[in-house]
Amino acid sequence: MAADPKQTHVATQWKHDSRFICCRFDPQGRYVFAGAEDYAIHRFEVDTGIKVTLPEHDCWVRAFAFTPDGETMISAGSDGQLVWWPVAEAQPKPQRTVAAHDGWIRALAVSPDGKILASGGNDNRLKLWNIADGTLIHESPPHDSNVYSTFFHPGGEFVLSGTLLGAVKQWEVGTGKLVREFDAKTLHTYNGGQAVDYGGIRSMALSPDGQYFACGGLHKASNPLGAVNEPLVELFEWESQKKKVSQISDGKKGIIWRVVYHPDAFLIGGCGGSGGGLLFFWKPDQDKPFHTVKLPDTVRDMDLHPDGLRIATAHYDRHIRISSMTPKA
Amino acid sequence: MRCDYACGTADHGIARRQFLGGLAAGSAAGIVGGLGTLTQPAAAKELATSQKRVLLFFMSGGLSQLESWDPKPKTDTGGPFRAIPTSVPGTHISELLPLTAQQMHHLAIVRSVNTKENEHSKGRFMMECGRRQMAGAKYPHIGAVAAKALAPENATLPGHIHITPGGSGGRSDNAAYLGPKYASIILGNGKPPQNSARAAELTVDADSRRNAFRRQLNNRFTARRKTAETDVYTYNYEQAQQLMRQGEVFDVSKEPAADHERYGKHAFGKHCLLARRLLENGITFVQVSHSNYDTHNENFNFHLEQVSEFDRSFSAIVNDLAVRGMLESTLIVVMSEFGRTPRINSRYGRDHWGKAWSVVLGGGRIHPGAVYGATNKNGTAVSDKEVDHGELFHTYLQAVGLDSTQSFHVGGREMPMADPAVSAIDELLV
Repeated sequence: MAADPKQTHVATQWKHDSRFICCRFDPQGRYVFAGAEDYAIHRFEVDTGIKVTLPEHDCWVRAFAFTPDGETMISAGSDGQLVWWPVAEAQPKPQRTVAAHDGWIRALAVSPDGKILASGGNDNRLKLWNIADGTLIHESPPHDSNVYSTFFHPGGEFVLSGTLLGAVKQWEVGTGKLVREFDAKTLHTYNGGQAVDYGGIRSMALSPDGQYFACGGLHKASNPLGAVNEPLVELFEWESQKKKVSQISDGKKGIIWRVVYHPDAFLIGGCGGSGGGLLFFWKPDQDKPFHTVKLPDTVRDMDLHPDGLRIATAHYDRHIRISSMTPKA
Repeated sequence: MRCDYACGTADHGIARRQFLGGLAAGSAAGIVGGLGTLTQPAAAKELATSQKRVLLFFMSGGLSQLESWDPKPKTDTGGPFRAIPTSVPGTHISELLPLTAQQMHHLAIVRSVNTKENEHSKGRFMMECGRRQMAGAKYPHIGAVAAKALAPENATLPGHIHITPGGSGGRSDNAAYLGPKYASIILGNGKPPQNSARAAELTVDADSRRNAFRRQLNNRFTARRKTAETDVYTYNYEQAQQLMRQGEVFDVSKEPAADHERYGKHAFGKHCLLARRLLENGITFVQVSHSNYDTHNENFNFHLEQVSEFDRSFSAIVNDLAVRGMLESTLIVVMSEFGRTPRINSRYGRDHWGKAWSVVLGGGRIHPGAVYGATNKNGTAVSDKEVDHGELFHTYLQAVGLDSTQSFHVGGREMPMADPAVSAIDELLV
């Protein structure tokens, strides 16, 4: 069955007793892993909703990454530690813990061959780790600010890091050399009156044909402390680095927490903020979404199921929701 | 208004009830009206060496107590930050304050503040003036009270200075019945007072002749029509002359490069270094504002930015005042208009919360290392030794040796220095 974004509806939801922060499907699509404000990771079985809570972290968990075979999950959060987990055990227990960053780890990504983990954090560093033994392979020079997002190019040759101040750096995995930078500073605002930096590269994605590179976040931040801002995706041509289009939201408020390309080449943006919870669907050459779905509560993270039909969203109202891009049953 | 406060006697400005309550008690002596009011030159000289000062940090917008002085990690309200140990065994504060944690043996935390006020301007008024704001009633800012009560009468520099991140300078209207002489002079973005440098086209000689002529006219007018306002005009002109001669006091670039590095090269670091310079040059009250903590959105990211900046500069000045032997004579206060909600909102924000939050004190008579009061497990309510703005205001004054139960004598009326309905927190004072 082909996905039809215009049919998107909430098919399932699971209630928890704490607010959710992040969520990811495992590569085999069996589970949704979710981090919550209760400092724990919760694993929901997609078909049944059965929940298993993993042993408690010492922090809020903010990021997950999986090896491509779906056997190993790595989590990270505000304690700066990486934790390895077996994905499918009845009651997963930590396999390895690595003190990785000074301060929060905000983002993780795994290389296409499943051998290297990239982590980015509040010590302004991007670090590459050997997944097999947890050893450090490479550490970047300091970025201009906190590293908010990481992304492996599907070719495996490059890894990218995105910062609070809107710098996107492309690194050569084999040498650790900085190759080039994308100018995504429109996703950052400095508000002098409030004396805060705001925005950042919250998420990155590459179109299935490798032609377009998307950076998600926010703009029009006239009042950062009051959440007056609008979601924005800046779309670049991967090869030329020219900006293709600014993908906007028709005045809706919020932050793009995650962007994911569907195999059918449309971009999905998970958005939350003062405008509530939204899913945007954009075609690559258009600035406005061709479809928008309003969800019951604000979104804090989003992921696409390997089947290309289902979308998981993590919500402030203590729900994980699974939306389906298919007609209602 | 007729000027009857400057009656020429040694105790003008002092209410009928004796204001110098604790003079015999040495460093805890009560001093009101400035050192110039003392009739004993020897006593004045002795007190000049221990001139009391106040350094107030105002965390504009409402600092989160949970991301600073009263962390509640691993609770439903605690947020993502951890608590770290400090130089006071058993006392933990937020991990956002690692450098301040090393200075906590100089400081005291009041964790049980309940002001019952969630509106910015009202909360600020309460914390800075020690009273609840009411229509038709004006009360002086703590800085005006300090300048009036602690600054030498013949001080050549203003006694009440605000250093703010922005603004253009000028004089505020925050002295109420104490008179504009004690209102704050604002150093907008740390710049010297407005127009404090002689215009380049004006020669020294011409300037001198101009001022002599002004004094002559003032004296003639004052001889017949002396009022509070004319007194203030005259005082301001004369103080401006003195200030212009001492312009270097406001020039933070004169401080060593190593100190600039240590305090941080951002605006707040520069402002803290300027505050140290002003205090060392005899300014009685210096307020440094740090902005902005009104984090209804992304509370954790913004506190990470702001508190980390505060930590470096604040810890540096606390350490410096201690090393230089100035803490005994300098009260430090860190306050906001309120705290922030324990409940985390949908935008990772925290909202306004006056019911259970924290203030930090240090120096003067404040008990170093003390933790006063407590909140419940997840910080939603005060669980022990609740205090409010009025009690804190008394405590600030008593920490610099004033008898806060006394009154100013203004226009024939006794104006209590602090809310007579409440009193100081004795356990915080040594």
